[in-house]
Amino acid sequence: MKSLAELQAIKDKMKNKIVLREGSGDVRVVVGMATCGIAAGARPVLNAFVEEINNAGLTDKVTVSQTGCVGYCQLEPIVEIHEAGKEKVTYIHMTAEKAREVVEKHLKGGQVVSDYTVTDAN
Amino acid sequence: MKELSLNILDIVENSTKARADLIEIQIVEKSNILTIKIKDNGIGMTKDTLQSVSDPFYTTRTTRKVGMGIPLFRFAAEQTGGGLSITSKYFEEHPTDHGTVVIAMFDKNHIDFTPLGDVISTIITLIQGHPKVDFVFTHNIGEKRVFLDTRELRAVLEGVPLNTFEVLAWIRENLEEQYN
Repeated sequence: MKSLAELQAIKDKMKNKIVLREGSGDVRVVVGMATCGIAAGARPVLNAFVEEINNAGLTDKVTVSQTGCVGYCQLEPIVEIHEAGKEKVTYIHMTAEKAREVVEKHLKGGQVVSDYTVTDAN
Repeated sequence: MKELSLNILDIVENSTKARADLIEIQIVEKSNILTIKIKDNGIGMTKDTLQSVSDPFYTTRTTRKVGMGIPLFRFAAEQTGGGLSITSKYFEEHPTDHGTVVIAMFDKNHIDFTPLGDVISTIITLIQGHPKVDFVFTHNIGEKRVFLDTRELRAVLEGVPLNTFEVLAWIRENLEEQYN
């Protein structure tokens, strides 16, 4: 059983880390989590981002948050990536698999995955 | 929605938008009846709003105040012969005990029953997106009971956010163990 003692150990470990972490988090991944996004598959997309960002060791730099409907329901699941000093990147029709690729290439490698970004044609 | 757990996610997102800081999610499975109850302490709704969430085609809204979440959930219940009810207390009329309760009932044996799906992912997604909100989750399956109260976890965590990756992983494993 995952015990509260284990949770206590996580707390002890994270308490120290949080001090180091202050002032960071300069990249924000924002996943649309309104009715339209959820129906289109936003839940596994969000969970894939959370997991892969951790696996890639990027949790100090990247935060994942949720937002409501941005008015382009037909393009959901939509994921925006906000980075200080850079233009916002909007990924559309996302899946968990595409999310893993975006973590690897964009968040880790710095290359926007233009196959999945929104264009004027959309 | 492909799973009722996605409807739950959607409805609870409404609760967080209504500024609730305590949300109870209760699933009860007893023989062929499945009941989902979502109770929040948010600002609640006026009688007019309550009427329009039940009928999305009634309103001539200019701003998108009311969506498809409740109608979809209601439809999922009604197509099994069940139903959905909402009661709400608006904070201006009920300053101390405001909030909304949504109850949906389903017949699991009906051919049009939507499977419950991945409830754990719904809980994890909610905590990830709303680390300051407390969730009390109960799932009774016959005699079996799965339970999570984030207030208990928060007391142990002493300020470490609930949406820290390691904490979310602990919650997921804890729930998986309770289900097994």
